[in-house]
Amino acid sequence: MNVTATISNRADELVEEFSVFDDWMDRYQYVIDLGKELEMIDEAYRNDAYRIRGCQAQVWLQPIPMESTITFKADSDAQITKGLIAILLRVLNNQPAVDVATADLSFLDELELKEHLSPTRKNGLDSMIKQIRLYAAAIAAQSTVKP
Amino acid sequence: MSESPLITSREKLDLVRADFPVLATQVHGQQIAYLDNAATSQKPQVVIDRISSYYQHENANVHRGVHTLSQIATDTYEDSRKRIAEFIGAGSSREVVFTRGTTDSINLVAACLGVQGIGAGDEILISEMEHHSNIVPWQLLCERSGAKLRVIPVSESGELEYDEFERMLSERTKLVALVHVSNSLGTINPVRRIVSDAHVIGVPVLLDGAQAAPHMRVDVSDLDVDFYCLSSHKLFGPTGFGVLYGKAALLEALPPYQGGGDMIDEVDFAGTTFNEIPHKFEAGTPNIAAAIGFATALDYLEELGYDWIAEQEADLLAYSTSRLKEIEGIRIVGEAENKASVVSFLLGNTHPYDVGTVLDRLGIAVRTGHHCTQPLMKRYGIPGTVRASFAFYNTREEIDRLVSGLFKAEKMFA
Repeated sequence: MNVTATISNRADELVEEFSVFDDWMDRYQYVIDLGKELEMIDEAYRNDAYRIRGCQAQVWLQPIPMESTITFKADSDAQITKGLIAILLRVLNNQPAVDVATADLSFLDELELKEHLSPTRKNGLDSMIKQIRLYAAAIAAQSTVKP
Repeated sequence: MSESPLITSREKLDLVRADFPVLATQVHGQQIAYLDNAATSQKPQVVIDRISSYYQHENANVHRGVHTLSQIATDTYEDSRKRIAEFIGAGSSREVVFTRGTTDSINLVAACLGVQGIGAGDEILISEMEHHSNIVPWQLLCERSGAKLRVIPVSESGELEYDEFERMLSERTKLVALVHVSNSLGTINPVRRIVSDAHVIGVPVLLDGAQAAPHMRVDVSDLDVDFYCLSSHKLFGPTGFGVLYGKAALLEALPPYQGGGDMIDEVDFAGTTFNEIPHKFEAGTPNIAAAIGFATALDYLEELGYDWIAEQEADLLAYSTSRLKEIEGIRIVGEAENKASVVSFLLGNTHPYDVGTVLDRLGIAVRTGHHCTQPLMKRYGIPGTVRASFAFYNTREEIDRLVSGLFKAEKMFA
């Protein structure tokens, strides 16, 4: 992964990776495998205070604010959800907070995974993205008021 | 795998399936295997046509209309009530209150009983296997009144701990409110015995029958139950409609529910007098088309016959249970001796959401999650289950698809 790449570069990279799969099982298998490689959340954050409630699956989100960028660690009890988290964090981690707050996530459409982000799926992902954007916006606001 | 002892009735099954247009729907390029009947059932063409024909030819507001169309609509609507009363074995159509569904029926009783003087020291008995609809209205009533909610525990196999029920039942009990058939486990509760034991000390019984009537003949007079709640949409009828059966004397003693048109006798600013039962509980223009559609669904069921339905569903339950057990690591949740055609399970440690997502891609519709029975999931220490719930129109082939989908999911999440 190119650490200096922008959100949209990284999204393009993922779209290309996914383009080799022509059936849904392979695509989902890849999502599941990405989830298995997701960096572990610090145990102190795997609790109710950092839990994003989904009716079906749970998500835990740990923000790691830097000077003007932001990074997250996250986890889920469902493997597909965890894989989607890995995809999102691969695109958004270590990016300028202001870019994260307003990131265009339409690449998920091209991965044919967007249905999982619908609030009606109740898997916590939709709320997770909202929470990520809120954290990022707060960091971005802080760094702009600094002298 | 798919040779059924019912092979002689296969022709009948195919004809029945053709009555349900949704069963031909394609999902992700495959014909749907609809195994989510406990959430809602599909509607036969006759029901769809009946609703359509009502709106095309008979639509007018009911009651009090002088014009001919209104009288036709009123007669048809009230005939539906008679039909529904007869179907559930009610002594009179006066005992059949139309509601928005089971949840609404339970809330009606909880709201009206509250006004009637339940207070501190009184108890309401429910069980650990209740749907949230048969928990929350009573919790709210207890908060308002100071009464106490007591919960009958459920055994590991998914049956009521009957001894505990007998121990909890006392002169403090003001109502026993129990599920007839559990939506999560499929358990059929011994309701006849429950009603008769409660009646020994004069305690009335309300049954949540949402999951019962799709599978078996319910006869409220025979059960001698005091209140019985059911939903049209689980019984192959339209959504947003249901029934509260109540014994006439009990309904008469209850105060009205919501205020508005149709439920009144005479309105004056000095005070209002109320209509007779069941109308005193039915404020506002009712869901006329749904009542008529529901009566048509009951005619359809009657024609199929509960004997055939029971035979068909017993086969689906036995077949699915034995095929699911071929999968190592499957855990069936709810193995009561007396069970309706519902199978809840977990696939190893795989999250139900993951399993449901893969099955959906294969065109198989199941439900995943806590099924609105969170306390029950807590009792088993699980986040939820995958639930396959069958109706008479399901087939062994659909169960074969479910099982092969589960083998696929098992590999993917290994």
